[in-house]
Amino acid sequence: MTTPLLEVDELCVDFALPHGTVSAVKHVSYRIEAGETLALVGESGSGKSVSSTAAMGLLPDLARTRGAIRFEGEDLLAATPKRLRRLRGNDIAMIFQEPMTSLNPLHRIGRQIAEVLERHRGLKGRAARERVRELLEQVGIPEPERRLDSYPRELSGGQRQRVMIAMALACEPKLLIADEPTTALDVTVQAQILALLKDLQQRYGMAILFITHDLGIVRHFADRVCVMRQGELVESGETRALFDAPRHDYTRMLIDAEPRGRKTPVTEDAPMLLEAHGVRVRFPLKKRLFRPSTYFEAVRGIELAIRRGQTVGIVGESGSGKSTLGRALLRLLDSRGDIRFEDTALGGLDSAAMRPLRSRMQVVFQDPFGSLSPRMTVGEIVGEGLRVHAPELTARERDARVQEALGEVALDPAMRRRYPHEFSGGQRQRIAIARALVLKPEFLLLDEPTSALDRSVQATVIELLRDLQRRHGLTYLFISHDLAVVRALADTVLVMKQGEVVEQGDTQALFEAPREAYTRELMRAAFLDAQTA
Amino acid sequence: MLSYSLKRLLQAIPTMLIVITIAFFLMRVAPGGPFDGERALPPEIEANLMAAYHLDEPLPQQYLRYLGNLLQGDFGPSFKYKDFSVTELILQGFPVSLEIGGLAILLALALGLPLGIAAALNRNSAIDYAVMGTALAGIAVPNFVVAPLLALVFGVLLGWLPAGGWNDGALPNLVLPVVALSIQQIAYIARMMRASMIEVLGSHYIRTARAKGLSERLVVWRHAIRPALLPVVSYLGPAIAGIITGSVVIEQIFGIPGIGRYFVQGALNRDYTLVMGTVVFYGALIVLLNLVVDLLYSALDPQIRYDD
Amino acid sequence: MTSRSLTPDADAGMAGDSLGREAWRRLKQNKAAMASLWLLATITLVCVAGPWLTPWGLADVDWNAFGVAPTLDGGHWLGTDANGRDLLTRTLYGGRVSLSVALVATLVSLAIGVLYGAVSGYLGGRVDNLMMRFVDIMYSLPFMFLVILLMVVFGRNILLIYAAIGAVEWLDMARIVRGQTLALKRREFIEAAHALGVKDRKIVTRHLIPNAIGPVIVYVTLTVPKVILLESFLSFLGLGVQEPLTSWGVLISEGTDMMQTAPWMLLVPSVFLALTLFCLNFLGDGLRDALDPKTR
Repeated sequence: MTTPLLEVDELCVDFALPHGTVSAVKHVSYRIEAGETLALVGESGSGKSVSSTAAMGLLPDLARTRGAIRFEGEDLLAATPKRLRRLRGNDIAMIFQEPMTSLNPLHRIGRQIAEVLERHRGLKGRAARERVRELLEQVGIPEPERRLDSYPRELSGGQRQRVMIAMALACEPKLLIADEPTTALDVTVQAQILALLKDLQQRYGMAILFITHDLGIVRHFADRVCVMRQGELVESGETRALFDAPRHDYTRMLIDAEPRGRKTPVTEDAPMLLEAHGVRVRFPLKKRLFRPSTYFEAVRGIELAIRRGQTVGIVGESGSGKSTLGRALLRLLDSRGDIRFEDTALGGLDSAAMRPLRSRMQVVFQDPFGSLSPRMTVGEIVGEGLRVHAPELTARERDARVQEALGEVALDPAMRRRYPHEFSGGQRQRIAIARALVLKPEFLLLDEPTSALDRSVQATVIELLRDLQRRHGLTYLFISHDLAVVRALADTVLVMKQGEVVEQGDTQALFEAPREAYTRELMRAAFLDAQTA
Repeated sequence: MLSYSLKRLLQAIPTMLIVITIAFFLMRVAPGGPFDGERALPPEIEANLMAAYHLDEPLPQQYLRYLGNLLQGDFGPSFKYKDFSVTELILQGFPVSLEIGGLAILLALALGLPLGIAAALNRNSAIDYAVMGTALAGIAVPNFVVAPLLALVFGVLLGWLPAGGWNDGALPNLVLPVVALSIQQIAYIARMMRASMIEVLGSHYIRTARAKGLSERLVVWRHAIRPALLPVVSYLGPAIAGIITGSVVIEQIFGIPGIGRYFVQGALNRDYTLVMGTVVFYGALIVLLNLVVDLLYSALDPQIRYDD
Repeated sequence: MTSRSLTPDADAGMAGDSLGREAWRRLKQNKAAMASLWLLATITLVCVAGPWLTPWGLADVDWNAFGVAPTLDGGHWLGTDANGRDLLTRTLYGGRVSLSVALVATLVSLAIGVLYGAVSGYLGGRVDNLMMRFVDIMYSLPFMFLVILLMVVFGRNILLIYAAIGAVEWLDMARIVRGQTLALKRREFIEAAHALGVKDRKIVTRHLIPNAIGPVIVYVTLTVPKVILLESFLSFLGLGVQEPLTSWGVLISEGTDMMQTAPWMLLVPSVFLALTLFCLNFLGDGLRDALDPKTR
């Protein structure tokens, strides 16, 4: 048997924390052959990043390792720091999840890349500059000559990740470790970066260890997959085989966690609940004395109609104005144009006039950590709306309603005395849903309610939302960048880009035959075309 | 950069005007006048004196006259040091104050930065605890306590250095005042540098630098120190202001002929013009030094663009 | 919170919130901070109660003991000054003044700063711009000198010291509170409260203030030593409290004049002042670590 490029052998990593030892990786073994792509998949806290960080010798001081990580037969855990420094950036390179902060903000990018060449190849001056220019060109940075002298802040997130890739490729490494390299990027950018990696892999013949939480990417990108859970390797195998016939329950659950099912559309004659015409929202840019104010128009004339019982999905990338539109519809933001909720025109209503309507239209936000006041108990958070809209309730009655709402979202009502920080992300999102439900609303604005959650948790929250809709006849406006989720939940879909609707229509029709190029690009990026579901 | 500097200097004008106005009217509403202290003067002589210094005019007129003179760089005559104008007194005293203050700030940086870096690089080690413990003591003991103690120990008990006096700025006379003036700032700078260094060392771009295979020395020197310096540089403004106010007591304790003691004596003697002069001078100095600090900051951080 | 609490678990019935209790638990683990807290409490207690217990009054002259060094017999444990007044008694009285200045001036700065910062941050927009512009201008004033002028002009009155120092120290507080308010305003739980139709006043009292309070507490503990320092600085220059009252700064100033013949006159008040400042700084650091959301 030949020596594999990288062989992780019975690796254990413990972290010695003040209040005890935490085992992050338990007896994990895997191997990567030269030129192949291995995906390491797991949810947050699965320990998937730890083994690669250990291979780079970049674990924090309080980590304790056992086992072996062999690179071309040489045990990296036993190697001297000096030897590791010689390998890092040279034979093994790494790119990270955080493109915005992974480059030194005070150095020009050309210099940051040239540093690797100087360190490992002794390349300096003109020769180094020429090679850096070539690398920037290869990773698709426009005007590489000029970009050499840019500072990181002058580049977008996608471009910074390209610079990181150029830096990693500078010495033509045998192994590239990519730790969630596309997670912080918009889907279309994500697709470009993945294509770039694939292309460069073929050109340089390097192996890639691809660490991700996203199974959708893995299916199209990796030769083999390892699935990790709570520090253990639960299953590994050829990508196709693993997807077709997962052996372990957890793998099966992860694959099934991709949202499935479809929403049954409401009938044509369902009454109209929310209607919007020509909605515009603009934000003042920097004010200057004695000069006319300039504005940024985030939402540019949107038409929207939502019938009772319907779920309307809005998809778009960051900056498309989809969240701004949602807030404007609830009059959390000032807007122009007409918005009608049933028979009431919302335009120009002040907060007192809006108050009676607030109990009928509620909202659930994306960030389960930011949307609950950290200094109130769950009971107080869920009960706050009742204090406003049902002041006649006694404390006892209010508590009963709170318990009922917590029960609806499948949380133990006894938990209402606890504080938000004691709950997981998924539980917090259930609390946020309970806060909205306790008022028995007719309309719910769901602003990326599942985006911050792990896939498996996401699936249960989606199931909950479906179930609530069925039981209470709720109407949803579902905002998301995740096309798979929207497809599973919505009757009709709007695709937004730069404040405007690019395309809209019946969910099934739109996903089967997108008319606009941008919609097709989004779908291709999300790998929806190749899925069977 | 040039237009930014000009703009900042223009913005300083209203600030200075406020300083001048507050100081001027505060001094004038105060009970007592500059000629109270001496033997009761005959009324006609006092009237003559008042007229000579234009103190008999209505206040607004005096105020405008003062502003006008100020624009020509004239701070007026001192009431107490009769043979000198305030401008002369300030020009005499300033080089002395500048020498003490400048040396103190240099000493604070020269000791504070390396101590902070050493503590950060050896976090939770004996070095770290020693540096931080000493720094906390340095912050807790004010300079007007340190100064007499230093004079007592090194001047009186050990007799190594003069306990006071200026002696035309001879080196032995400089040591104690400069040390006393800088101790608190050394402590502050060491603490800030440690904190910001620790934050930078935990940042993603330091991880990137390590992933490139750079040696630890290069990681620290090329990638960590400059960003870590930024908060310290923005602290230099308050540090300078602190050293200037500190110099008031230090000059008094060690009997150093700088501007600081004019200020205290002038205030106690109702020497209007001298107090006004020192306040305006210090105000302008602080505004100017703050601008220098901001420019230094922008030189270190290319992310700052002063384009408006 | 609720009228029936069937399961009286640890959380039930307690008015405090659990983040506060968690911070307290963390603070209790910080030995230096806890030691500082106890020492501070002791110093405060001794300064408040001490003068009634010593046999001497603030201005009592012991005609048998002028400039006596600290001694256990004769009753002057920490010696006397050149006028035969008991130094321990005077230092404790001085402590009362210094600590009361710390308390009152900090409260003044807290009141001005929190109000100013919260209003500026909550209203936002043009008002916020104007208000912060004003703070910027105030920042660049040579404040120390204006305070000194103020003391010279209006006489050395302890009420004026409270007000003047408080008026100088509110700027940082205003900035911190404004920053907190601005950051909180963008948080989703504030938006959710708006979506629930909660009134502005309730949003401020129920959501903004409780969440901004941590950094404010930390900053208060860091303001107290600054204020004490300022007061003793003024007193040292002869611009603070007047005879017969005294403060640590005055005593240190007197001690400086006498240090060659009676060094204890310098050392005793210096030790009290330094110890207090030391403890306050330790406590401030400890509180910051305990409340810092990053360590959560």
